Amino acid sequence: MFGRLTLEAFKHEASQNIAVLSMVLGGIALICLISYLKAWKWLWTEWLTTVDPKRIGIMYIVVVLIMFFKGFSDALIMRLQQALSVGDSQGFISSSHFQEVFSAHGTTMIFFVGMGAMFGLMNLIVPLQIGARDVAFPFLNAVSFWLFASGAALSLVSLALGSFSTAGWLSYPPLSGLQYSPNEGVDYWIWVVQIAGVGSTLGGINFLVTILKMRCPGMTLMKMPIFIWSALCTMALVVLAFPILTATLYMLTLDRYLLTHFFTVDGGGNYMMYVNLIWAWGHPEVYILILPMFGVFSEIVPTFSEKRLFGYVSMVWALILIAFYSFIVWLHHFFTMGASPKVNVFFAVMTIIIAIPTGVKIFNWLFTKFRGRVHFTSPMLWFFAFLLNFTVAGMTGILLSAPPVDFQVHNSLFLIAHFHGMVIGGVLFGFFAAFTYWFPKYTGFVLDEKLNRYAFWCWSGGFLLAFMPLYMLGFMGATRRLDHYDASTGWQPLFIVVGIGSIVILCGASIQLFGLFWSIKNRKKNWDRTDGDPWNGRTLEWATTSPPPIYNFAVIPTVDQLDPLWAIKRGHSPKPEKRYEDIHLPKNTPMAMYIGALSLVFGFAMTWHIWWMAIVSLVAILIAIIIRLSGDDEHEIITIAQVKEIEAAHKRKMESYE
Amino acid sequence: MTHELNLNEIKKEWHGTLKAYSYGFLGCLILTIISFSLVITRPFSETILIYTIIALAIMQAIVQLLFFLHIGQEESKPRWESIVFCFTLLILIIIVIGSLWIMHDLNHRMMPDMNP
Amino acid sequence: MSKKPVTIHHQDTLEPHPDTRLPDPHQDTFSKTTQGFWIYLMTDSLLFATLFCTYGVLHSETYDGATSKDLFSLTTAFVETMILLVSSVTCGLGMLAAIQNKRKFVITWLAASFILGASFVAIEIHEFIQLVQDGNSWKESAFLSSFFTLVSTHGIHVSFGLLWMAVLMAQVYRLGITVITFRRLIVFSMFWHFLDLVWIFIFTFVYLLGVI
Repeated sequence: MFGRLTLEAFKHEASQNIAVLSMVLGGIALICLISYLKAWKWLWTEWLTTVDPKRIGIMYIVVVLIMFFKGFSDALIMRLQQALSVGDSQGFISSSHFQEVFSAHGTTMIFFVGMGAMFGLMNLIVPLQIGARDVAFPFLNAVSFWLFASGAALSLVSLALGSFSTAGWLSYPPLSGLQYSPNEGVDYWIWVVQIAGVGSTLGGINFLVTILKMRCPGMTLMKMPIFIWSALCTMALVVLAFPILTATLYMLTLDRYLLTHFFTVDGGGNYMMYVNLIWAWGHPEVYILILPMFGVFSEIVPTFSEKRLFGYVSMVWALILIAFYSFIVWLHHFFTMGASPKVNVFFAVMTIIIAIPTGVKIFNWLFTKFRGRVHFTSPMLWFFAFLLNFTVAGMTGILLSAPPVDFQVHNSLFLIAHFHGMVIGGVLFGFFAAFTYWFPKYTGFVLDEKLNRYAFWCWSGGFLLAFMPLYMLGFMGATRRLDHYDASTGWQPLFIVVGIGSIVILCGASIQLFGLFWSIKNRKKNWDRTDGDPWNGRTLEWATTSPPPIYNFAVIPTVDQLDPLWAIKRGHSPKPEKRYEDIHLPKNTPMAMYIGALSLVFGFAMTWHIWWMAIVSLVAILIAIIIRLSGDDEHEIITIAQVKEIEAAHKRKMESYE
Repeated sequence: MTHELNLNEIKKEWHGTLKAYSYGFLGCLILTIISFSLVITRPFSETILIYTIIALAIMQAIVQLLFFLHIGQEESKPRWESIVFCFTLLILIIIVIGSLWIMHDLNHRMMPDMNP
Repeated sequence: MSKKPVTIHHQDTLEPHPDTRLPDPHQDTFSKTTQGFWIYLMTDSLLFATLFCTYGVLHSETYDGATSKDLFSLTTAFVETMILLVSSVTCGLGMLAAIQNKRKFVITWLAASFILGASFVAIEIHEFIQLVQDGNSWKESAFLSSFFTLVSTHGIHVSFGLLWMAVLMAQVYRLGITVITFRRLIVFSMFWHFLDLVWIFIFTFVYLLGVI
């Protein structure tokens, strides 16, 4: 009846029970809070059934924050264990729990923090910056979000029921095959990633068409903001790389469910093929994570330097080249798997080349600031932290791209330090900068700047403390995913420093969380009185109110040059004419959420081999899709009179704040 | 506000004609029959046969792309469908050829007792 | 963008100005949907490419079991190829009928494609059952695993196409040729032609080369 799900699945080690309990209690508290505020109807009509990308973007960010909390907790557990578990001491968690933690940490951070932040930004920024009202396929956009949320939910379920994978965030076979990991862990991982991956692919298609087709009049490709160029290149990567992941995971699934021999030890299977394919996806994936953040900095640096971005054309070409090159370097993730020097050298050279366009971008940002009027706001501070940490980590990447060096430090803590420098220094700091920068656009008030700065210094100091020692540890021979070591190695002092660094980061993250609630509490004080343009911005999203009306722009803007808002403010372009039209917007629908929920059920059923549940949920998904695709294109119309009223109401609200 | 097209305007966007489908059908039919006949009769050596069959497949793919999928016939420039197709093809070739090269090399070095 | 910015007068914006032309005049639902679906087909191409690539790497790993020379029937492959090709053409003829607003002919041609497509799937399933009963299932070797997976993935796509076709035929029957049903017919025909395109590579690289 319930497949292989038994009451055993509810039993965990003591260390895990705490996590499960807090998660369940947190969920119950949330439900009670919503009921107390009588907010269920509001939640349903304004958020759960929405097809508005601005709302969907905010929901992405909410999930990202929750999953970041989980992923960061995993990191703290690991660092604490490594600081304590020396010689006779075994630390406080078991080896198998440790393996689940590092697998969950990577999976959560890459798929639910990184990808979620990326798609959240896409939803929030892209339509506004191209002067559009919506994305190309609003319903598909909602489906993408709910599939993402469903994957995240399934990974949280794995905390409470059964155990997660112990095979790392990429699940290499043969360890991840049926023979060596027969229980539900790897299956959880497969369905978590596969469901979220489908959501990503659909999102990629959506934003690609949005950028190609829905730019406002006059916005030719070479007049798009650089963030949109970075979004375009990223979506091209998503669309071309994720199918490889889908197919590869499909084959691993077949190995585990139907006893095929793709990656098995016997039967002619070749598990090196899995490593090859997963990195053919995996390398473009890391560029998918970083390119949008390059775009974010290309928006923030000019705004806070009061100067146009230096070298627009070279920035565009750098993005295109980086995107293309990301497809021809993937072997550098497995130099040590045994390929001949011919093969290794080819990919090493390709990897080194990719540093060149990246360097061009960094220099262009620096040249943008030269002779500009630089404002040291917290987004700008995050840019400096990015500059320092990402560049240093990038240089260790150049070191790693040389096979002889890689043979020494592959899968050591040196590698961990490198890629965390890229993801934290690049992706996470970029996300923090973007969060502070665009926060007022969606809420109408700014975040507390002082708290932002405290958080920034904690993160900067904490990051250096937590990751610079790892380079040393790597050279000293410490491998990754290590949960215990001998005292004679002499590593413990460094691990303690790393542990302290993690605590400092925890302080930073806590200040950020506190700062969010503090800013909400003080929102009347921090209200944006410039009516949508608190930073004296240059691009179209600042040309509308904060928060924007549901239709983004009452009149679709016409653009004739880069930095169109700056041009209007300087008098180089005319102000938009107030000629209103009826506006057609897609109707809200719960179908996307239903499809997401059914996917969660499907993933759960497949994990636990509850075949009847899997079939029923799959059929239900099909029926939902057929129903949706058999209906008419449904729209709601906002008439000219209603537009006028919305604009007038906003004006009255702004005047009441004077 | 985007101008939604009516049925007649949409019909002009699609480029199928009876001629195109007839040419496509005949082309594919002939190429398929040639391929199968060559494999059954084996007039040349193995290597040449393999390359010929592959070339015939590529030719038939081009016929189907042009006459059934109407590629390259979009009216509005830039022709995004063609650009996207070319880029996909490029990446596809890189991934497939790259993987085959890597795996062949790995198999040769790491699995010497297995078939090459 | 290095030109000196021009001041655009209000009356100029009523006419397409060289600097303010629409980047792409086709922002309607039909253009967006066909472009979006084309990109989806590109993702599907990469999915198949990964499976083809894996077949390329594993096709000789027979684990001392049956090889492709032992198992593949060129007759079956030829029949399947012809069936799919004709169904692609009948689908195209259905589109031509839709252009001419001939609702009954659209349904007839689609029905022909459906019957042919269903026959294709039936023959393929029969081939698979035969292999399994002879002890050559996907569990026996990497070669058989990759063969079954590549060919059945195509077959599963065809089966989804059949379901889609049935739903479309019902819609056309009920609603006739409208903006919406025409758009859906075009998108479906793209899918169906794409599946025939993929099949070219299957019969070439799997069946023909497998027998050499």
